[in-house]
Amino acid sequence: MTQHKNYLNEFKGIKSWLFTLDHKRIGIMYLAFITFSFFLGGLFAVLLRLELLTPDTLFFTAKQYNQLFTLHGAVMVFLFIIPSIPASLGNFILPLQIGAKDVAFPRLNLASFYIYVLGASFCLYSLFAGAVDTGWTFYTPYSLETDTSVISMTMGAFILGFSSILTGVNFLVTIHKMRVKGMGWFKMPLFIWSLYATSIIQIIATPVLAITLLLLIGEKVMGIGIFNPALGGDPILFQHFFWFYSHPAVYIMILPAMGIMSELVTTYCKKDIFGYKFVAYSSIAIAVISFVVWGHHLFVSGQSQYATMIFSLITFLVAIPTAIKIFNWVATMYKGSISFKAPFLYFLSFLFLFSIGGFTGVVLGTLSLDIHLHDTYYVVAHFHYVMVGGTVMAFVGGLHHWWPKMFGKMYSEFWARVSCLLIFVGFNMVFFTQFILGSKGMPRRYYNYLDQFQPLHAFSTSGTWVLGTGFIIMAVYLFMSLIKGEKAPANPWGSTTLEWTIPSPPIHHNFETIPVVTEGPYHYQKFEGDTT
Amino acid sequence: MDTKLQTENLMDNGNFWFPEAVSTFATNVDTLYSFIMFLSYLFFGIIIAATIYFLVKYRKTPQHRKALKHITHNNLLEITWTVIPLFLLMVIFFWGFKDYLNMNIAPGDSQEIRVTAKKWVWDFYYPDTGLTTSSELTVPVNKPIKLIMSSVDVLHSFFIPNMRVKKDLIPNRYTTVWFEAIKPGKYQIFCTEYCGKDHSNMLATLTVLSESDYQEWVKAGDPNKSLPLDQLGQKLYTDKGCVACHSIDGTTNIGPTWKGLYQSNRTFTSGESHIADDNYLRESMVKPMEEIVEGFQGVMPTFAGSLSDREIDAIIEYIKKIK
Ligand code: HEC
Ligand SMILES: [Cu+2]
Ligand SMILES: [Cu+2]
Repeated sequence: MTQHKNYLNEFKGIKSWLFTLDHKRIGIMYLAFITFSFFLGGLFAVLLRLELLTPDTLFFTAKQYNQLFTLHGAVMVFLFIIPSIPASLGNFILPLQIGAKDVAFPRLNLASFYIYVLGASFCLYSLFAGAVDTGWTFYTPYSLETDTSVISMTMGAFILGFSSILTGVNFLVTIHKMRVKGMGWFKMPLFIWSLYATSIIQIIATPVLAITLLLLIGEKVMGIGIFNPALGGDPILFQHFFWFYSHPAVYIMILPAMGIMSELVTTYCKKDIFGYKFVAYSSIAIAVISFVVWGHHLFVSGQSQYATMIFSLITFLVAIPTAIKIFNWVATMYKGSISFKAPFLYFLSFLFLFSIGGFTGVVLGTLSLDIHLHDTYYVVAHFHYVMVGGTVMAFVGGLHHWWPKMFGKMYSEFWARVSCLLIFVGFNMVFFTQFILGSKGMPRRYYNYLDQFQPLHAFSTSGTWVLGTGFIIMAVYLFMSLIKGEKAPANPWGSTTLEWTIPSPPIHHNFETIPVVTEGPYHYQKFEGDTT
Repeated sequence: MDTKLQTENLMDNGNFWFPEAVSTFATNVDTLYSFIMFLSYLFFGIIIAATIYFLVKYRKTPQHRKALKHITHNNLLEITWTVIPLFLLMVIFFWGFKDYLNMNIAPGDSQEIRVTAKKWVWDFYYPDTGLTTSSELTVPVNKPIKLIMSSVDVLHSFFIPNMRVKKDLIPNRYTTVWFEAIKPGKYQIFCTEYCGKDHSNMLATLTVLSESDYQEWVKAGDPNKSLPLDQLGQKLYTDKGCVACHSIDGTTNIGPTWKGLYQSNRTFTSGESHIADDNYLRESMVKPMEEIVEGFQGVMPTFAGSLSDREIDAIIEYIKKIK
């Protein structure tokens, strides 16, 4: 059987990839790097959990352990999760979903990929040049006095920021200018809305991180005296700067994931989304509110009580648009025709895990409770429920959903379900225990711990093996599908958005004939019912 | 070698979520937590129950291959599930804020204690009695205690789970924490702001004494006074945090081992060398940057002011014993 001419086989050779301006190929290259980063960060996680199997020294010294949790955090945040959905799936799908030939600035797109690679090299270099041991937050003054490679790691994160900004600009312009005829703002798929909201945050917040990291480097190299108390600087100022970016960054991670959720629930329930406008506007609301809640990371830092009160109040407000989304997704299932394909299982995992992340977020936003829970394992569990239970579930859900479109191959549905189950169970084993550890008083970033915590720690560690197995199985069957997977039809799931109207994989220019949109993105009303 | 400072479990009691509540406001904190948990179970229950019901009822079957009906919105429903959570969240916010203020404003008649954190020890100074302790905080029961805290190096955070209190310690700045213990006993103190290699060994104990026991403790004065010098030295070795950098079994750590140190020949980064006698040991503690031992970095903090003369003598006696 001969493949039709498509973006994968039309041009050949390594150069045709390295110099490509095709958003699809750039998306695939991002996907490769992001996957590598994910497994690297995961390896660090497995190793550090291994050390925590017992209260005493097992495999690593205290310093090595501190380096492991720092690298786990830095790699996962800067190299994996921030670029994950926008740069890989976003790059590939965004132009397709709005019926465009490419993003607005294809050269800029390639440039941001190479900036990512450059930034990543700095980060990876720092692994070998005395890996950082400050925690991924680089808090001063510790980061100023440690002899580990803080500078190359922060340089890396600094450079990666530009990649993020440029991708944001590119997407914003693309969404404004390149939608096909007939696709008004409220006929855009919700994934596009979420990428739009994400881009706004990327453009506005990331420069602040850049400035912060530059100041940190300046402080370290030249002693300019802004963060170092020994020079009259203020270490808390660093925390304000840092979280001014890093809290919105949480929404850079989660908003695109929410967009994918809307795509999944409509496709696998064969139903129009419930409350389109509420879901769309709530993305924008989250993006806006996310800029004014950073102070909830400083509730016990000696921040003024009034500031603390206001940050707590606004933090509660951000829960509302999030809850609206969840309720609308559940309502979308009502009277649908639900099939339990792997991407939908990830949708369900997200719904379950992210809700727990949300409820515990309310606990942590509550002032009197945060005093006790701050910097304990409770916080660690909470943000893993949000980042892994939320973003990663949606990312792999989206990856499975669009895999046939991206590569023209079907993966094994059976193994996909097996790995989803392992991931779900393993994840809860690792992190649910950590809620209890945290509320019992176990501080985070501890190399040794009191004997009474051992049973929970050991159970948590054993969960990482289940979780890890799930991801390894996934890597194997996805890889196998490339080699001997069944050929994918144009629209294997019976979806209605534009990317499914063209062959899988798409041709180099995406659309043979430019489509015209007359209906909303999820017009399943005219769906005939599938024949399988 | 990484030595564990403490293995005693001081937080065994408690319920499923929390260690035993021992301060006046700890039960309020726990009650609010239960309230939020109750609401969370309720809403989570609703979300999951609705999901499962829909999954079963509307799953794809041979007869049922397309959606039964397309309801695209319902504004009343949207308003309902916006307003109800908003109202509940505001209740939680105000409740939490009220307790927070309580936990932040110490009563006027509090007994003040000064806390100094340095890598990786807690020092306590009791202004009204002139006593000092390290790694051990002793307070009377049923009396509000206000801690005025600062750090001499990096950030640290002072956390007593049983009291539900926590606050960061910052160089060049004072932060405060207050609590009133309602039950005598021993409780765990942790450092919860990452502060480098021995962050997880930066522990201390809180001893809450009955009023009469406390008076006796004050009268006895410095508990270290009665110890023989070398035993006191051994105690200070862990209490003052020397253990984080110096071993006594010959292994090299951040600092040189103390094994066989006394009367051995020391070589310094300046190239000079001489015998480690009593004077040298004293200088090493008070002015550690004066002479840096070859092969090491000048990272030892000065203990001038935080070790009394007797304590310095005690450590020297102890070092002499480690052959
Ligand atoms: C942060 C780690 C650290 C801590 C804590 C620390 N030291 Fe040191 N110490 C060092 C280092 C590094 C050296 C070697 C460099 C130098 O001479 O300053 C050293 C050197 C010494 C020496 C000279 C040893 C020799 O081999 O010549 C003595 C004595 C000493 N320390 C005593 C103490 C005492 C007593 C304490 C606790 C009250 C203490 N140190 C706590 C790091 C530390
Ligand atoms: Cu935040
Ligand atoms: Cu610490």
